[in-house]
Amino acid sequence: MKVTEKDVEHVAKLARLGLSDDEKKLFTQQLSNILDYAETINRLDTKNVAPTSHAIPMKNIFREDKAIPCENTADILANAPASENNMFSVPKILE
Amino acid sequence: MELFELSAHELHAKIEKKEVSVSDIVKSVIDRINKVEKRISSFLLVNLDEAINRAREIDDQIADGREITLLTGIPVMIKDNMCTRGMLTTCASKILMNYIPPYSATVVEKVLQAGAIPIGKANMDEFAMGSSTENSAYKKTRNPWELNSVPGGSSGGSAACIAAQESILALGSDTGGSIRQPASFCGVVGLKPTYGRVSRYGLIAFASSLDQIGPITKDVTDSAIMMNFIAGHDKKDSTSVDVPVPDYRKSLINDVKGLKIAVVKELIGKGIDEKVKKCVLDAVATLKRLGAHVEEISMPSLEYGVPTYYLVATAEASSNLERYDGVKYGLRSGSAEDLLSMYYNTRREGFGPEVKRRIMLGTYALSAGYYDAYYLKAQKVRTLIKNEFDRAFSKFDAIISPTSPTVAFKIGEKVNDPLSMYLSDIATIPVNLAGIPAISIPCGFVDNLPVGLQIMGKAFAEEMLFRVAFTFEQNTEWHKKRPAL
Amino acid sequence: MSGNYEVVIGLEVHAQLLTESKIFCDCSTKFGAAPNTNICPVCTGQPGVLPVLNKKVVDFAIKTGLALNAKIAERSVFARKNYFYPDLPKNYQVSQYDLPIATKGFLDIVSEGTVKKIGITRVHLEEDAGKLVHRGAAGLRGSTSSSVDFNRTGVPLMEIVSEPDIRSPEDAKTYMEELRKILVYLGVCDGNMEEGSLRCDANISLRPAGQKEFGTKTEVKNMNSFKAVQKALAAEVKRQTQVLDEGGRIVQETRLFDEASGGTISMRSKEEAHDYRYFPEPDLVPIEIDRKWIEDIRKTITELPQEKKLRFMKQFGLSDADAAILTDDKDMADYFEDSVKLLNEPKEISNWLIGDASAYCNENKKNVSDLFPPSGLIEIIRQVKKGTISRKTAKEVFIEANNTGKNVNDIISESGATQISGEEELLLVISEVLAKNPKQVAEYKAGKVQLAAFFVGQVMKATKGRANPEVVNRLLMGGLMQ
Repeated sequence: MKVTEKDVEHVAKLARLGLSDDEKKLFTQQLSNILDYAETINRLDTKNVAPTSHAIPMKNIFREDKAIPCENTADILANAPASENNMFSVPKILE
Repeated sequence: MELFELSAHELHAKIEKKEVSVSDIVKSVIDRINKVEKRISSFLLVNLDEAINRAREIDDQIADGREITLLTGIPVMIKDNMCTRGMLTTCASKILMNYIPPYSATVVEKVLQAGAIPIGKANMDEFAMGSSTENSAYKKTRNPWELNSVPGGSSGGSAACIAAQESILALGSDTGGSIRQPASFCGVVGLKPTYGRVSRYGLIAFASSLDQIGPITKDVTDSAIMMNFIAGHDKKDSTSVDVPVPDYRKSLINDVKGLKIAVVKELIGKGIDEKVKKCVLDAVATLKRLGAHVEEISMPSLEYGVPTYYLVATAEASSNLERYDGVKYGLRSGSAEDLLSMYYNTRREGFGPEVKRRIMLGTYALSAGYYDAYYLKAQKVRTLIKNEFDRAFSKFDAIISPTSPTVAFKIGEKVNDPLSMYLSDIATIPVNLAGIPAISIPCGFVDNLPVGLQIMGKAFAEEMLFRVAFTFEQNTEWHKKRPAL
Repeated sequence: MSGNYEVVIGLEVHAQLLTESKIFCDCSTKFGAAPNTNICPVCTGQPGVLPVLNKKVVDFAIKTGLALNAKIAERSVFARKNYFYPDLPKNYQVSQYDLPIATKGFLDIVSEGTVKKIGITRVHLEEDAGKLVHRGAAGLRGSTSSSVDFNRTGVPLMEIVSEPDIRSPEDAKTYMEELRKILVYLGVCDGNMEEGSLRCDANISLRPAGQKEFGTKTEVKNMNSFKAVQKALAAEVKRQTQVLDEGGRIVQETRLFDEASGGTISMRSKEEAHDYRYFPEPDLVPIEIDRKWIEDIRKTITELPQEKKLRFMKQFGLSDADAAILTDDKDMADYFEDSVKLLNEPKEISNWLIGDASAYCNENKKNVSDLFPPSGLIEIIRQVKKGTISRKTAKEVFIEANNTGKNVNDIISESGATQISGEEELLLVISEVLAKNPKQVAEYKAGKVQLAAFFVGQVMKATKGRANPEVVNRLLMGGLMQ
């Protein structure tokens, strides 16, 4: 699969991953190689084959609708890189 | 023998008989760590003061009549992708450099409740992505058998510390071979349980449908013991199965007479080192001599395991790693004037190259226009692989292969060739794709580097694995060998 | 229809489900808690956490699907919808894509006198995001920083998508009202658009009358009330009509309703189609819904609003308008029926509920469930029928009984406002009044019949308002005839 640098830029944007120019070039080449190899799976006939999402088939796993408070919410907030009035702060969101 | 050289079951016997105190054990392990750690670098976080305090506490409790479990007082190393409440957990990544989890993984809680003593967090490949532990953002761990060689990955720190005898027990995680391959490279025992056998709650996710936590130990008995404690249903994990946990020690039977064992042709063919192949075939011959019926079988779909894995695992990983964004925890880039720059720069600075590569691959495989050809197709091939295993297990009790096509390679040897690195997982990956259990046990040496034998079983057949592995162990001396440190 | 164009509208409604706990964790869903107090490792997306599905959420979705005449899936699956935003801790939302809980339903609305079937494409489940607060500006635009409260993250949402079958802004409003009524009746949502427990986005396009192909649609958001839905869509119809009439093209974009101007404003951001990279959620297992589960849920569905309205009309002889008001609120409908059981006066009771009771609730910001029990209302009605109190007094008693919780009869006796209906007593008063006002009596007899009211007034004054007006009128006529 020929992956172009434009493809790499687009994917990096989807993944919110900042890449340097060198990284873009390197990934363009590496991704092409890896995807070439990955495409070997196309040799297999999977016409009537269902995909496996769960290796061990299970269904209907539920929990009861009961509210149970977490006793250390403060520890969760303590990890915030920036916070204000018990909320997680983020820098300005540009449109 | 020093206490640090013993296995958990041997130490337990001594504790029970009051021949040693837990503090003695911890002290012995600490001395050992102080002696060898600077050469091995298996620890990201060392928790020794805590360990000493805990040992003292447990000794007091034992004196007061506290019930002793098989894990009470036993030092255990925890891979740094398992959340330990109040204790730094980094996944060997810069992006979690200061992350203190507000909760502990279920398996960690179980092990603590049983009285084990955590001595630290083990080094690993960043976010469990890698086969050499060279992708750690912090340090390289060395193979105790040959210090310029890799210990394998991604649970390299866990495997190395057992081989170097810095800990008695260790927990690792396995997504495509990350317990078994380092166990193989380091000459120790590593088990990947059936998917869903052990809770994933608190295991920092790499590929959700493939990840499992498992024990890395000095011998098969210790592996069975650990499984008794860590296996079991967890209601916090929707993918954990509600199947009763047997006493795995009962499966430690020295007898393989009449068992039907298959050897996979494709995994002892091209790509495998001839000397590794010889070790494995010798091991197979041993099992045959002990009464097992051995046959070679062909499993052609296994050839497609690696490409399938690198689509499925990376797709899931690309999504699982989206949460690392500088908003709630971990690193936030200094260049974060607005939200988008914060995202881009935090993830650029926080993730290493292998992680970035896999995020890119996975995002690509899921992206519009490619989903059917890549992700969906791979999930279908996964079904083919699973079906092939099911067919094989309808005729055989266990399937054998080398754990890895080579012994431990040199540090730096494969770092610049990702594809070559990925191909070293050819024998271990299909096991995760099918969700079945597999164990790696030492079966020989090539140029003083350990060779691992992989035994695979059908879902929930850990008992069969233990039986075959234990028999082999009881009739060989490989597991008794230790590196000269 | 606007000019030569047919209006095509599809609505996407998000309803917050009335469960105790969130969809994938045990945190409370209670509204109004202090920021980041109803949170836990799971709903804040900590490394290593896993979701576990709240069964009640599925029950509610099945119930809704049934009430909307939809097909309930035998197998339903969750999927990850991936996009980055600070109110989404995992930067993906667990939602449903390929196999939602219910599909192919419909909802009937009355549009210009006829019944119209609005198709329901799907009903699916997903988790809500958190709440973002912006600093340095009124809203997002121009803000200098923002903060996130994750209390709302993980609250269960049900998304109901309609087919583009709606043909006018009025119908859109009607659809919303009917849908809301059903959801409240089912007990799955409290239907509060102002508080955000019911949200609506619209897709709207125009096409020349007779054309089969759809025109280019725009998405309209930020409609926070039923009125806003109608206003926003009407404004958008007007805008699109103008563009098309002038030979222009509709740009496919998202527009926000602006309450102040009454129109829609383009979001103007670089509108790239989102690539959400949906794939099945590996941390959750599929839901398999069998017949028994569906039937168990079906049994819990009591009569729906439309059915109830028709029954009220038939059973109690109520008008469409009255029946509609009574059944708009399930609590009121239940109150009505409970009252009729005690006293078979449906029209009277209906008048009380639609009139005084509703007014009282509105003024005091109360719900029907806060009113005194039906026995209280019935007692008041009985006392009026008996003549113990006048209608006017009855209204006051109603208010006091509901304000204070005191017993109706205690209030009546304490007030001394009991009505005088006794003929002997009233005759005495009337005689006195007539005797005291000979001039007016003469004028009345001479033809000024409007003076009757004057006499009634005097009797009322003399009895401090307690005389039973009907009896007074009757006796007075008798007295004046002489």
